[in-house]
Amino acid sequence: MNADRRPALKPVSESVGPIAAMAAVFARDVRVAFRQRQDLLNPLLFFIMVVTLFPLGVSPEVAFLKQSGAGILWVAALLSVLLSTLEQLVLQPQPLFLLVLAKTAAHWVLTGLPLVLLAPVLGVMVHLDGNSIAILCLTLLIGTPVLSMIGAIGAALTLGLRSAGVLLSLLIIPLYIPVLIFGTGTVAAAAEGAPVGGYLALMGAFLVLAVTLSPFASAAALRISLSNS
Amino acid sequence: MVLRDCNPVYAVVAGDRYHSAPCRPGLGLAFAPKDYLQGNSYRIIFIHVPTAFLAQSIYIMMASAAVVTLVWRMKLADVFVKAVAPVGLVFTFLSLFTGAVWGKPTWGTWWVWDARLTSMLILLFLYGGAIALDRAINDEKSAARAVAVLVLVGVVNIPIIKYSVEWWNTLHQPATFKLTEKPSMPVEMWVPLLLSVLGLYLLFGWLACLRMKTEIVMREQKTRWVRELVMAGRG
Repeated sequence: MNADRRPALKPVSESVGPIAAMAAVFARDVRVAFRQRQDLLNPLLFFIMVVTLFPLGVSPEVAFLKQSGAGILWVAALLSVLLSTLEQLVLQPQPLFLLVLAKTAAHWVLTGLPLVLLAPVLGVMVHLDGNSIAILCLTLLIGTPVLSMIGAIGAALTLGLRSAGVLLSLLIIPLYIPVLIFGTGTVAAAAEGAPVGGYLALMGAFLVLAVTLSPFASAAALRISLSNS
Repeated sequence: MVLRDCNPVYAVVAGDRYHSAPCRPGLGLAFAPKDYLQGNSYRIIFIHVPTAFLAQSIYIMMASAAVVTLVWRMKLADVFVKAVAPVGLVFTFLSLFTGAVWGKPTWGTWWVWDARLTSMLILLFLYGGAIALDRAINDEKSAARAVAVLVLVGVVNIPIIKYSVEWWNTLHQPATFKLTEKPSMPVEMWVPLLLSVLGLYLLFGWLACLRMKTEIVMREQKTRWVRELVMAGRG
């Protein structure tokens, strides 16, 4: 079964420049995803359902939800991004770094961005006030690309392995924890009225680090995984 | 040749019966004086601090070996990473466990989600992840390189652990040994502590040699020299 998901080698003309190649990969991924529009809804539904589990499973008390709501939303967003893994990575005679970057950008636009847009609705459901929701959405906006990029490393490492999904989660969640801590820490600080500039700067630093360094790791992992096949 | 060359290292590392590496934590546990505040319960520091030191050190060594694997493709670096990852896992677990045992009477709690403890827990998961990934990939060479990439990605956690007690106001106390200042402990305590740390490093060196030997023999099991070795051992 896994053998069928092996990436295919597609010949591409050497005269295509790197930016054009990135744009092509991005556009192709978005186009292909839109052909199965139903699948795009899945991470969003997962997001909603996981958030729903907490008031039902823990406590629907307003006080509890106000306090934990931001954290619950962040954890749910994290799990949704984790679940929608990258597939069908194709090898091109272009700098793999840029192609991985384009693919991850497409993944984020299709998964992370909708989560950010849906977050205010769920924020209201967990009784967060307007200021908290705004900061929460900002942290998700900065943080979900980081999650996508780290997830890309994991996806590339576990490409084609049996029980890749569980293994991916095991490998990636420890790397997600600092992003989660700072993302929710920002909202907690905002709720107390403390300045959030420092927190946001740190999250921005995570984003810059992820965008510049993680494609290297993903590309290296891709080459290893493909040489394994 | 690797197997024969290891033996002089054994002699230095394992030492004779009275000065051997395992004795050193024993020194601290038995002979250091009582602490003015904690009485005798602080003695677990002689296990907790060395295991915590080693847990982080081993990860840094694995990261260096990972660089060697990816850049120079030396097989011995792969052997090191594979042999040493479980040791790191156990040391990390021991440091968390002894920390919890120490924390209950002194802090009043088994666990607290402060920066130092959380980042050590992440280290535990990183070790586990490296071992899991190695087991999941069948081809030895690809497994080695994939684990190398993963270990390098995770090395970001090590500065977080080290500086966590400086960057955040945490329950866990700051470092005792600093390179530029005197230790904040009396001599009778920090000398055994230092000896315990050194002793555990030596113990680790011995374990690493032993496990690397085993790993090499396992990898080369189809070669003539291994078969001769096994036959000689049986005879």
